Amino acid sequence: MTVAVAAPAAPNPTPSPSTLLRLSGVNTYYGRIHALQGIDIEVKQDEIVTLIGSNGAGKTTTLKTISGLLHPREGTVEFDGKDVTHTAAHELVKEGIAHAPEGRRIFSRLSVRENMLMGGFTRSASERAEDLERGLTLFPRLRERLDQKGGSLSGGEQQMLAIARALMSRPRLLLLDEPSLGLSPILVQQIFQLITEIKRQGVTILLVEQNALQALAVADRGYVLQTGKVILADTAAGLAANPDVRRAYLGEI
Amino acid sequence: MTAATPSVARPRMRMIPWRAPVAVVAALVISYLVIANAAGAQAQEQFINALTIGALYALIALGYTMVYGIIELINFAHGEIFMCGSFVAWWLITTMGFTGTIHDLPILVIVLVVVFLVSMLVMGVVGVIIERFAYRRLRNAPRLAPLITAIGVSFILQNLVFVGISNSIVKVPQLIPFDLLQIGPLAIREINLFVIVFAVALMIALQLFITRTRLGTAMRSTAMDREAAQLMGVNINSTIAITFFIGSALAGAAGVVQTQYLGNTVFNIGFQSGLKAFTAAVLGGIGNTTGAAVGGFVIGFLEVTSSVYGIGRWSEAIVFGALVVVLIFRPNGILGQQLADRA
Repeated sequence: MTVAVAAPAAPNPTPSPSTLLRLSGVNTYYGRIHALQGIDIEVKQDEIVTLIGSNGAGKTTTLKTISGLLHPREGTVEFDGKDVTHTAAHELVKEGIAHAPEGRRIFSRLSVRENMLMGGFTRSASERAEDLERGLTLFPRLRERLDQKGGSLSGGEQQMLAIARALMSRPRLLLLDEPSLGLSPILVQQIFQLITEIKRQGVTILLVEQNALQALAVADRGYVLQTGKVILADTAAGLAANPDVRRAYLGEI
Repeated sequence: MTAATPSVARPRMRMIPWRAPVAVVAALVISYLVIANAAGAQAQEQFINALTIGALYALIALGYTMVYGIIELINFAHGEIFMCGSFVAWWLITTMGFTGTIHDLPILVIVLVVVFLVSMLVMGVVGVIIERFAYRRLRNAPRLAPLITAIGVSFILQNLVFVGISNSIVKVPQLIPFDLLQIGPLAIREINLFVIVFAVALMIALQLFITRTRLGTAMRSTAMDREAAQLMGVNINSTIAITFFIGSALAGAAGVVQTQYLGNTVFNIGFQSGLKAFTAAVLGGIGNTTGAAVGGFVIGFLEVTSSVYGIGRWSEAIVFGALVVVLIFRPNGILGQQLADRA
C-alpha cells in the first residue's frame, strides 16, 4: 500500500482535462435556512478534491446536494456532462456517484456482508459477489467481521465498512464526508492511505474533512467554504501554503 | 408464556440456533398445560383453537409491525384492510354461488386459491393506494398528522362498507370442512389444520423474503436508515409501497381466514381485531416481524385461556393487562423493537 503522497508542488497539478462534476451557482436550502449560497465547484476525472471549512460552512450540504439527498433551488449540478440537478439519489447511484455519508450510517442490524451487498444494490448478483471479494481484499479487516452485525463494529471498522460499501456500486465519483472523524491517529493514517489507494484504482474523490492538513496532503485541489460560499479555490499545495488558510484551518497562530 | 421466550440482553446477541426452537416448544407445552388444567376433555380442541386465533392475529399484526418498522406510523387503517379483506372473501364466495362446505377436494383447493389470491391482491393494492394518497405526502410531517390521517382512512373504509354493503353481521359460507382428522394422537379439525399451516407457511415465506432476498434486505435497510438506503440506490417510495402491499395482503389473507373460521364478518370487526393485533405487535416488539407472530399467538392463547377458565368476559382486560405487565418488564416487547437507527 502506498504511503500518503505529498501534494504535487507543480503550479498546475491537474493533468486530466475532462470535468466529471460541475456545480454552477448552486443554492440549497434547509427549509428556510439558505445553506449553500451560489456554490461553484468543479471536479475533474481522477482528481482528489477536498472541501475544507468550519462547522456549518456547508460542506455536508454540498455533498448531499451532489448525491441527490437535497436538491438545489437554483443552480445546476452536472455529472459527466449530464444535468443531474433534480435526479433522485437512488438514480445517481446508477450514474456512478457513491456517497459515504457523515457518521458512517452503517445498517446496524445487518451483517457486514449484508451491508456490503447493499452497497451494490444497483448491480447484478454476480457483479456483487465479485465486488464483495474485491472490497474485502482492500479491507481485509472486514473479512474477519463478515457475519457480525454492522452495529457491533468499532468506529474505525465502521468507517472502513462505509467506504467499502460505497465502493460496491463501482462509482466513478466517491463522496467522502468526514471519514476520519472520531478515529485514532493511527486509523486516520490508514484511512488517508486508503483514499490514495482508491484514487489509484481510478475513482475520483470529493473529500470533506475537518482534518484539513491531512486532506490537503492527499488532495490535488481544494475549496475553502465559509457560510455557504466558496471563499478560496486553489491547488492543495497552494491552499496549504496560504497564510490565511493556515491560520484559520490548519491551527497555526 | 413470556417466561419461556429467550431473555436476550439489551445489546441484541445473535440467537443461538437451538434456543428459538426450544423456546417455541416450551411455550407450546406450557400453554397446553395451562389450557388443559381447566378445559379437561376439551383441552386439545381449545389448544388448537388458541393456535388458530393466534395465527389470525399474527397475520394482522405483521402488517402493523412492518409499516411501523419502515415509516413509524401506527396504521390505524390496517384493521380495516383486514375487515375489507373479509368482505372481498364474502363477495367472491357468494357471487361464485357457494353456500356451504365443499367436499370435493380439487374444487375446494381451486376456490380457496382464487379467494385468497384475489383478496390478498385487492387488499395489497388498496394498501398501496392508501399509502400513496394518504400517507406519502405526510412522510416528513409531524407524526401526529399521518396518525390522524390513518384514523380518518379507517373511518372512511368502515363507513364505505357500512353504507355500501351491510350495517350488520354478514354470514359467510364456510367452505372448508370442520371434520375431525386424526393425526397420530392429535385430533384436529380440517379448518384448524388449514388455518394454522397456511398462516405459518405465510409467515415463514415472509421471513425468508425479508431476510434472504435483495428486496427484503432493502426493506430492512430502509427501516433502519432511509437516507443511507437511498444512497445505496434503493428507491424509497417503491420500497415503502411494497411494504404496504405485503402487509395489506397478509391482512387480506387474515380477512379470508376470519370468514372461513368464524363464518361471519361485520363492518366494525377491523377495530376490535385490529386493536388486538396491534397489541400483539407491541407485545412482540414493534418493527420486529418475528415478534409480531409471537405476540399474535400470545394473544390468541390469552383469549382462549380466559374463556376456558370461565372469565371470557374479561378476555380484553386480560390481553391489555398482559401488555401492561410485559411492557413494564420488557419495554421493547418480548423480542425487542427493531426500529430506525438513531444517529
